[in-house]
Order: sequence, then structure tokens, then C-alpha cells
Amino acid sequence: MDELLNQDPELLRRLLRAKDRMDAASHEEWPVRRLARVSGVSAAHFARSFKEAFGVPPHRYLLTRRIERATAMLRDTEMSITEIAFHTGWGSLGTFGRTFRDITGENPGTLRSRGRATARGLERVPNCVVSAAHRPHLTTAVSEKRRRQAGAKKGLRKIKEVR
Amino acid sequence: MSQGIDVVGLYVRDQDEAVAFYVDKLGFRIHTDVKNGEYRWLTVQHPDQPSFQLGLFKPGPPVHDEGTASSLRAIVAKGAMPPLVLVVSDCRAAYKRMSERGVEFMQEPIDRFGTVDAGFRDPSGNGWKMIQARR
Repeated sequence: MDELLNQDPELLRRLLRAKDRMDAASHEEWPVRRLARVSGVSAAHFARSFKEAFGVPPHRYLLTRRIERATAMLRDTEMSITEIAFHTGWGSLGTFGRTFRDITGENPGTLRSRGRATARGLERVPNCVVSAAHRPHLTTAVSEKRRRQAGAKKGLRKIKEVR
Repeated sequence: MSQGIDVVGLYVRDQDEAVAFYVDKLGFRIHTDVKNGEYRWLTVQHPDQPSFQLGLFKPGPPVHDEGTASSLRAIVAKGAMPPLVLVVSDCRAAYKRMSERGVEFMQEPIDRFGTVDAGFRDPSGNGWKMIQARR
């Protein structure tokens, strides 16, 4: 909370611009240098300020957005899982599948069949809101999640709730 | 008389800047602009919607203490305020017109769910979805 109060609103507004740019093109590569340029701050300053403002490091935020898009595409399109992986910014299907499982606790294919069954009625809600509601909670590093998983094989849903 | 919602307000970081945005760039009209000491009651209206006012309020005294005002400014600047939706008859045309006037779009028009939508922010950070009315 103290950190929040200490961050200058003008800086926050510029950090938001970088976040918006990732939202608009999450399939692109967003190295810190590029994001820092959008916000008009140094690369070193950017990563720290972004995490302070939005609670997650910029790269981790980008991963959640990619998974969120992939989830929507699995639900709403007929594209194959491979096509979706490449469309949402992954260089390999393996990395996509692994990250997807780590974040959502499900395989892309499982989510596809489940999402179709439960998505009725969402067309009445503006898309941005639907996306935010479906955004995966990624407050721990993927590697950290794996460690926890190795420690207690209790099923990924539990781990997600631990945050 | 008709009953219903009359005013809904937004927090903005600067009210003059907000007027320049909502009036000059978006084409809203000023409905009320009254100052009482430090406090300024400012509302604008969509030209096609005379029964509704959008308030453009600045966090600060006498309504908020400095700590609260500072939190509110941060929340707005982080884009964490609730979603706003503007309905337009032609999303792409509105996007073109508004972009030319310097509106910051976070999302270009996209066809989906049988309509077209785009997204923009006001200078303070309030996020708007702009959706084409279904015919």
C-alpha cells in the first residue's frame, strides 16, 4: 500500500500505456527495453515500477495475456491447437502446452471441450470484461509453481488457489 | 417527470484536460460547470443523450483527504476503474475520426460477436470500450 501511494500517477499512466500495448499485441515479443520505451523510463526502472504498479513482472503479465487469448480462441474458434499456439506468440507447441498447463491446470484440449459447454450467455458482456474475468491468476512464477507441484501432487487446481 | 439515473461520475486527474478530451475530441457538450472554492462540479453530456450526465470529478479536498485522493489518482492512472461503454453507429468511422484528433486507442476496431468494437482511454486512464450498435 505504501508503495502504491509512493508511485507517481503520471508514471502509472505511462506504465499503463505499456500494459495496454501488451494487451493489444500479446503475440509480439515485448522485451523490457521495448516496454520501457513506451513508458518513457529506463529499462531498469521499468521492470521494478511495473511490478510495483500491477503486482506482476511485465513478462509474467504477458504470459497471462497469451494464455487468456489462447483460451478464448480454444473456446470461440475452430483453429487447431497448433495454430492457436503460433497465433498467440509461442515459438513451439511444447512450450505452449507446458505453460498452458502450468497456468491453468488443464491441457488446451480439455479446456476446449469444457469451455464450449459453459460459455453460453457471454456474448452479452463486452469482450474486454470477459477477457479480464477469464484472466488466469498468475501471481507465482511458473517455475515456482512446478516446484510446489513436485512437492505436493495434489492436483493443479489446489495450487492455483494457494496463489 | 421521468425517473432514473441522472449523473454518473468519473475521476479525472485534471478537469480542464478532461473537458478538452470529452468535449473537443469526443464531441460531448458541457452540461454544468460550477465552481465553489476549490470544488468544481463538472458534467458533460453526449449530444444524443440529454437525459444523462457524465461527471468529471477531480479527487481531492474538500471531498477527500490527501491520502485518499492520492490512492484514487493512482487507481485511475493504473486503469483500474470500472469499464465504460460508448455505443456508436459506425465504429470504424468513429475510430478514424477520434484517432485523427489524437485519442489514445488501446485496441483498434475488431469484428466480433456480430459487431465491431474498439477501445480507448481518456488522458487520466479511464478505459472505454466503443461498440458499434447492432442493427
